[in-house]
Amino acid sequence: MTPHILTRSLDRAATSFILIVAAVGVLIPLSNLLLPQGSIFQVPTYLVALWGKYVCYAILALSIDLIWGYCGILSLGHGAFFALGGYAMGMYLMRQIGSRGVYGNPILPDFMVFLNWDRLPWYWYGFDNFAFAALMVLLVPGLLAFCFGWLAFRSRVTGVYLSIITQAMTYALLLGFFRNDFGFGGNNGLTDFKDILGFNVQADGTRCALFLLSCLALLVSFLICRVVVTSKLGKVLIAVRDAESRTRFLGYRVESYKLFVFTLSACMAGVAGALYVPQVGIINPSEFAPGNSIEAVIWVAVGGRGTLVGAALGAVVVNYAKTLFTSGPLAPYWLFMLGALFILVTLLLPKGIVGTFNAWWEPWKAQRASADDISAAREDGISEPNPAE
Amino acid sequence: MFVSCLDRLRALFLSILLLGSVTLPAFAGSFEDSVAKFANDEFSDTEEAVGEIAASGNPLAFPIISALQDGRLSADPETKKVFITGADDKVIDAATGTAVNKLPDGTAPVRLNNRLRRTVEAALGGLTLLSPDPAKRLAAAQSVFKSHEESALATVESALANEANKATKQAFAEARAAIILFKPDASENDKLEAIAVIKARGDQEAMALLTSLGADQPPLVAKAAAGAISSIQSNLATWSAVQNAWYGISLGSVLLLAAIGLAITFGVMGVINMAHGEMVMLGAYTTFVVQEVIRTRYPGLFDYSLLIAVPLAFLVAGGIGVLIERGIIRFLYGRPLETLLATWGLSLVLQQAVRTVFGPTNREVGNPSWMSGAFDLGQITITYNRLWILCFTLAVFAILLAMLRYTSLGLEMRAVTQNRRMAASMGIATSRVDALTFGLGSGIAGIAGVALSQIDNVSPNLGQSYIIDSFMVVVFGGVGNLWGTLVGAFTLGIANKFLEPVAGAVLGKIAILVLIILFIQKRPRGLFALKGRAVEA
Repeated sequence: MTPHILTRSLDRAATSFILIVAAVGVLIPLSNLLLPQGSIFQVPTYLVALWGKYVCYAILALSIDLIWGYCGILSLGHGAFFALGGYAMGMYLMRQIGSRGVYGNPILPDFMVFLNWDRLPWYWYGFDNFAFAALMVLLVPGLLAFCFGWLAFRSRVTGVYLSIITQAMTYALLLGFFRNDFGFGGNNGLTDFKDILGFNVQADGTRCALFLLSCLALLVSFLICRVVVTSKLGKVLIAVRDAESRTRFLGYRVESYKLFVFTLSACMAGVAGALYVPQVGIINPSEFAPGNSIEAVIWVAVGGRGTLVGAALGAVVVNYAKTLFTSGPLAPYWLFMLGALFILVTLLLPKGIVGTFNAWWEPWKAQRASADDISAAREDGISEPNPAE
Repeated sequence: MFVSCLDRLRALFLSILLLGSVTLPAFAGSFEDSVAKFANDEFSDTEEAVGEIAASGNPLAFPIISALQDGRLSADPETKKVFITGADDKVIDAATGTAVNKLPDGTAPVRLNNRLRRTVEAALGGLTLLSPDPAKRLAAAQSVFKSHEESALATVESALANEANKATKQAFAEARAAIILFKPDASENDKLEAIAVIKARGDQEAMALLTSLGADQPPLVAKAAAGAISSIQSNLATWSAVQNAWYGISLGSVLLLAAIGLAITFGVMGVINMAHGEMVMLGAYTTFVVQEVIRTRYPGLFDYSLLIAVPLAFLVAGGIGVLIERGIIRFLYGRPLETLLATWGLSLVLQQAVRTVFGPTNREVGNPSWMSGAFDLGQITITYNRLWILCFTLAVFAILLAMLRYTSLGLEMRAVTQNRRMAASMGIATSRVDALTFGLGSGIAGIAGVALSQIDNVSPNLGQSYIIDSFMVVVFGGVGNLWGTLVGAFTLGIANKFLEPVAGAVLGKIAILVLIILFIQKRPRGLFALKGRAVEA
């Protein structure tokens, strides 16, 4: 059976991905904590935080790949869900500062004291409780995505129209969060965090734990995505991607499938943002910038859309390159390279790294297997989008 | 221009001075004595002299006292002669107005202290009401209107009687009304008349004046004042609506200019060009380069710089547009989402390229003389650059519309917009049409850049600030119909400006974005969608 072989062959890639992430997630913290300072195998704490950031980006890339690679929804506003999750976590961390702030107010964060607010706005209630904040990390992006998606998919806003209005959404949020009277710290955002669950966010141990947690979250997200895309639901999603009208005519409620996967993806992006904030120590409105969301899409394109593993890989590779170039003498050329990456990947490498590798690898393997396998390989890679004119 | 105007005024001023010197002997005695007091170098004498000269009504009074204020009045303690040094270093005798070759030796500037400075200022305030310069008289009348000093009444009335200039006369009448309104012993009828005059003025200051009128007025006056206030209020509300509408139209014209090229490429090719904003930016930088060349080589041509820049910007941006289409977009047809990403990458490259060549800071692009300045229309001020941009936008729109309607390229473009495959089957070279369309859209973005360089900062980020707004216009207006873009741009511009005073600039913008997102639900293809039978059209 074709699906069986497909599942098994992808399971190999998936398994190796899971093993690598698990190994990295355990080894890096161990090396940081157990090996003596200065040892060549010891990973310095700043690198742990940096790689923690990459892992969060990988989760964001996974969430984009789930909707873009498997359902054909190109969201140019996924950074908004990421940032909303981040803000939910940031609000919890702000409340944990307590009276250790500059103004020493036990209830109000510093920026509210500075703005002469005499009480906490209602939407800040409950964020001193971690469980509540964690719930909000999922709920706020999920709810926004649900409302937005419900409106958009029901009236069949598709393709570039959807991309543009998701961008308008994140732009509107960007403008809003820049305002001081929104109650999220204006353009300074939320920062100066002290504790998370009673542990100092700056401490090596906390950083390692956060890194481990991020890797765990990446694994869980990856498994959820795998389960979704290999299930019958996943087949319908791919059908929607390749021929939306035909799927609708076959009797599927396309908008419900899209809505489900869009909301799920937004929740994943929210979790990524929530893990990102304690590791970088700040969340501010620039995370809502439309450019950030588009950049996240290119990670997926570089790694290979519709491959999941590729999305995570693309996020790490592109961001590693970004760190490498923006910190060196080549900094003025980084934007040239990023721009060229956008152009070259879409022109020359439309399947991304993993997709191209698969396209090269599968036929070779197929020579030994039965002729049925070829169709399996096609299903794995990117099929030609149907212009459907 | 401003400077030359001043020069002319100064010439006028001097000629009046000379005229004055002819009539001088009539009241020479006391005036000359007063002027001579400046030479005593005593603050008390100077103060007396200022008072006497201000009261003399002599045409030299104003130049003397203003020279005193600026430290250009000097006196010779020996001969008791006083001299005015003009701004152009010409020296005249203050007492007679006759020209002197140069300041005699031993003269020293007449000194002032702070208390004296106040006296001088007050004296000048009264004198400027009689100043030979109509603009100064007007300003003085306005300041009297605001201060309604009772002491100025006599001067205002005499000025009113002698005034020939219509606008200034009106200002004097209003100033007089303001004084009478606040004069405790003025009769009720006079006050009612004064209120009528102030009501006719009908602006913010008139209302402020009426509201500051105390409660201790006769009932009739109080009633008339209240009536005048409410009438002015409704008048002001109307004008502020007119002003918002004008701002909205002006913003709409800018949006239209930025969006029109986008509408063409999006409509004909279904291609989202994220680098569209950068085409606008290139147009603005073309203007900058043209102006730089003109400044260094042919300064006389500066007023024509925009006329030269428009075709150049069209060629530069259009040429780059054709290159982009041939080099990148051609390979991505049928993959609109990938096109979006590739053009986004391109926009990063173009921005960074401009940043590398021209530097990251704002470059200065000047207004030609015919585009600077403003004029008043009722209670609102209309700047010439906004007005020209509106005219320019409408002209571009009309030309484009005519091109689509009457040229063969326009016909082919419309055919491809409506049904690409059918058009290809009928023998239209769709790939040529695509390249030309993309070039045309980019070229129009380029000339939009020329216009925007006049009202916005020319920086590498210029295009980015317009890109989301222009997308909103296109999405709102609908694809494939330029009228949709026109209506969309002006609707969004006006809605934005009417929401701004209510909700604030940022919230207004957010509200517009949210409204568009909701609007898309109702009409997913915009206001003026092309009708078709395709499933996914």
